[in-house]
Amino acid sequence: MIDAPTLAVLRAEAPPGFTATVLDGLGLGDEWVTAEGPAGPLFAAYNRWGVSFVTATSDPLVFVERFWLHFDRPLHPAARPPAGLLRALESGRAPRNLRVDLRGLSPFFQAVLERTREIPYGEVRSYAWVAREAGRPAAVRAAGTALARNPVPFLVPCHRVVRSDGRVGHYGFGSEMKRAILAAEGVDLDGLEALGRAGAHVVGCASTGVYCVPSCRAARRISPSRRAPFPSAASAEAGGYRPCRLCRPAPA
Amino acid sequence: MAQVAADLDGGFELLVRRYQHDVFTLALRWTANRHDAEDLAQDTFVSAYRALRRYPAGQLASLRPRPFLLTIALNGARNGARRARRRPGWVPLEAGPVPAAPGGPEEEAERGRGGEAVAARLAAIPERYRLPVVLRCVIGLGYAEMGEVTGVPLGTLKSQVSRGLALLREAGSSTEEVSP
Repeated sequence: MIDAPTLAVLRAEAPPGFTATVLDGLGLGDEWVTAEGPAGPLFAAYNRWGVSFVTATSDPLVFVERFWLHFDRPLHPAARPPAGLLRALESGRAPRNLRVDLRGLSPFFQAVLERTREIPYGEVRSYAWVAREAGRPAAVRAAGTALARNPVPFLVPCHRVVRSDGRVGHYGFGSEMKRAILAAEGVDLDGLEALGRAGAHVVGCASTGVYCVPSCRAARRISPSRRAPFPSAASAEAGGYRPCRLCRPAPA
Repeated sequence: MAQVAADLDGGFELLVRRYQHDVFTLALRWTANRHDAEDLAQDTFVSAYRALRRYPAGQLASLRPRPFLLTIALNGARNGARRARRRPGWVPLEAGPVPAAPGGPEEEAERGRGGEAVAARLAAIPERYRLPVVLRCVIGLGYAEMGEVTGVPLGTLKSQVSRGLALLREAGSSTEEVSP
């Protein structure tokens, strides 16, 4: 007996890799490069929209496997790697004009990653800071999820986002690597943890009357005698301090 | 389609991923084997990409992707069949029964549920009934979308689907008589 439901068995699935073949035919695939990063070997894929994927491994097969977990796109070794990308991977300093391909992520996730890019080399910010900068101050956990899904670690420096208590917190490649990268950038992790243990989240300068997040480059120049730690932005404001314009320690 | 309208190259990947199975299913019913079906499905997306490149941006957002892609696939299948009649080598479905499928997992599943026999019967009914039946019952299109693909009015489509199903049933009962 043939009826409509019987015919549904004829519904077929395109073979695996179909999308990749089509995109390849149209020249819409990705190319990859490898480079020695500050904390070990890295692989990166990029396409015409920017860098699409970065991972820490020394094994090209592991890289390809991880790429295919996220994307159904063809992957070729780069004939001529863009010089800017290699420099960024090797130095750990991604220039602002280096484009990253965040297609497929939600607008909030994209906002979190874009704001994370603005954290300067050698400084850290809290998950709460990133959530607030991305426009949803209450979505601290969601910001953490966005950072965990960061397709381009190192270039979007999710390793520079740490816990509010000064500890480094989670990292896709393990907390040890997070510590190593931050140490290589010159971040005083022990100092930040000590501050966190003491309950201080911002640091004021008695001479200028400005308060900062502890790792801000302005905060690091405060002489010990002029340093005034505060448990919160509100208490610093109550003490007559104004927020730093570089590190934006409080809502504008 | 909003994504395709905003960024064709970026959105196109999603378009392929989302509709590859529909297009491949149609291609499989219009060609003799999976290999030709895959070629046809790939050509469909390549043509679609080129067509979308030339599309006015204002109209892109309101384009319905499924009928658009299936129409291109169907034209490709018909052109292929025409080419094959002029120059043998490409085997259109009409040339003969569905060949014994090579043992892919999907053919396995299709056979397991009697799909192979159904496919052979479907291949044997005239195209004006086969197309509406495939679009409606295999791919699962709504009548409005079917109208866009076939250019046939709704009432006609409905009667073609039911006539097609009736033909399949007749073909089914005759084979059942033959088989022990």
